[in-house]
Amino acid sequence: MIEFLRSLVLPFADMVSSPTFFVEVLVGGIAAGLMYSLVALGFVLIFKASGVFNFAQGVMVLFAALTLVGLMERGMPVPVALALTVAVMIALAFAIERVVLRPLVNQEHIILFMATIGLNFFLEGLGEQLWGSNVKRLDIGIPDESFSVAGVLLNKLELSAALTAAVLVTVLAVFFQRTRIGRALRAVADDHEAALSIGIPLKTIWVIVWSVAGIVAIAAGVMWGAKSGVQFSLSLVALKALPVLILGGFESVPGAIVGGLIIGVGEKVAEVYWGPLVGGAIENWFAYVLALAFLLFRPQGLFGERIIERV
Amino acid sequence: MIYREAGQFKTTYAGDQAIFPILQDRVFVGLVALAAFVAVPLLANEYWLQAILIPFLIYALAAIGLNLLTGYAGLLSLGTGGFMAVGAYSAFKLATAFPWLNVILVFVLAGVCAAGVGLLFGIPSLRIKGFYLAVATLAAQFFLIWLFNKVGWFVNYAPSGTATAPPRTMLGVMVTGPQATAPVRYLVALGLVVLFALVAKNLVRGRIGRSWMAIRDRDIAAEIIGVRPLRTKLLAFAISSFYCGVAGAELLFLYLGSVETLAFDINLSFLILFMVIIGGLGSILGSFLGAAFIVLVPIFLTNVPNWIGLDMRTDTQKHLELMIFGGLIIFFLIVEPHGLARLWQITKEKLRLWPFPH
Repeated sequence: MIEFLRSLVLPFADMVSSPTFFVEVLVGGIAAGLMYSLVALGFVLIFKASGVFNFAQGVMVLFAALTLVGLMERGMPVPVALALTVAVMIALAFAIERVVLRPLVNQEHIILFMATIGLNFFLEGLGEQLWGSNVKRLDIGIPDESFSVAGVLLNKLELSAALTAAVLVTVLAVFFQRTRIGRALRAVADDHEAALSIGIPLKTIWVIVWSVAGIVAIAAGVMWGAKSGVQFSLSLVALKALPVLILGGFESVPGAIVGGLIIGVGEKVAEVYWGPLVGGAIENWFAYVLALAFLLFRPQGLFGERIIERV
Repeated sequence: MIYREAGQFKTTYAGDQAIFPILQDRVFVGLVALAAFVAVPLLANEYWLQAILIPFLIYALAAIGLNLLTGYAGLLSLGTGGFMAVGAYSAFKLATAFPWLNVILVFVLAGVCAAGVGLLFGIPSLRIKGFYLAVATLAAQFFLIWLFNKVGWFVNYAPSGTATAPPRTMLGVMVTGPQATAPVRYLVALGLVVLFALVAKNLVRGRIGRSWMAIRDRDIAAEIIGVRPLRTKLLAFAISSFYCGVAGAELLFLYLGSVETLAFDINLSFLILFMVIIGGLGSILGSFLGAAFIVLVPIFLTNVPNWIGLDMRTDTQKHLELMIFGGLIIFFLIVEPHGLARLWQITKEKLRLWPFPH
């Protein structure tokens, strides 16, 4: 028993005794966390504007990456392929609004959620049918190599992912707060009927928000794909984005980023320092249990809107 | 003309509260039961029993369990696979630790273990609901699967990491293990699912089911009229997990014979959720219809190209299957969000008026 307690506490001593290694673990966690944040952002956008919990976001990431790689394999230069992928994602948003969302207006949330799971299967089949299901390499010109700053190893790819995330969040924040469309999006998120009654076109707003989520999915797909290859497991990253959402709150863009960082750092540190105690591979569930424990104290997440209920 | 309740007067309370108040329904259900218990084991071949009917019955049981939680109590759960795994592994441990234990008792005790775990993971449901709860139940899913993967004790330190159903007899007949014949396993699964479906039907018609539905429809109002949310929600989690646990134990003992944790991964949770949604939320019959739909569609999709003489590569076929499956789900949600059970109800209404629809 004493031995066990000792082994629980010892990792703290390790952290203090070798600070560079600890910082490296932290940086690795932050990088992984930013990747989660990129995926979580897509969820938040759609949830904010339509109250739909889009389960297919993970597959949209996969689909975007597959399309980009497929186009590049056919000899297109990166910018053209990227532009075409954006066009494909926007077309997809139009199709989803017309075929899936419009007939299901006014249904309960769980029905819409199920519909996105159906969409998930459909896109997975379509993507792999069009572009093939074997693992592909995505080379966007940023080398996956490390350099050292003050004794700490940093990865170029992870740094550029961090930059991408930062740029995306800034752009999105400005878009939501400062533009006309952004204000309309927030109005729709607040109250569908009120928004409709003052003349905000609901259908257009939905297409816009799904397109934006598609573009965020491209960013996430490019970063994940460059790091670990474009393959089916990419869509499973979506599941990791869920605890991120819980931590940050479903409606908050900054929440997605902060939540992603907490989850990323938390699971890396837990895996490296406490994982060996229980046989390793705790990365699979640690994020969920962290989120679960967190929910008990703050059900709406860090930045989520407080849920106030009246009879 | 045939299906009509005219002239059937109810003279007792028992008659008024019967599950099937109309004579024609009783005859129909009786015929179905007769066919299921007598005709199918005699006539169906090995392939039908092993590949279609046994999984159908087991999935139907799990779907009933999830339907109690999601359809009746309104608590969305994505942890079904995890709770089924608890049932399967605790049944395996019980059966190997106490070889003299009756296999049905093993199933029930495994269900009780799953109910305990379900209670534990149901605690957050007091503070959170909707999608937040769904994500919270994912914690159960991933944690439990990891636990069974990592701790060798659960599989008796088998080097392969698989749990294999030990051979057990009941009334002198081999029920589990490699020697058990498909009709016997089918009958055991059928008996259990019929028994538990009846229990579930009566649960949801009674006080407990009503309190679940009150919580589902408006929890604050339910609390004010005296339904205790804590007890009601935890009870829903416990009973639902009990059903899932029994189904998981059956999956190991009656269907697969030996399992790895992979059999209980997140996809199983989604599969069961699909059954519940497509069959109809808040309907016991719907759980059966949904299970039948999900079991039959992939088999149908695999065989159609052969029937019409189309030659497809296996991966193309697999992708098309995924696409059609996803498309069908969306189609069904658009056409009838209340599921197959609602379609059945509409058919019955139409049948009452037939052949004079006005």
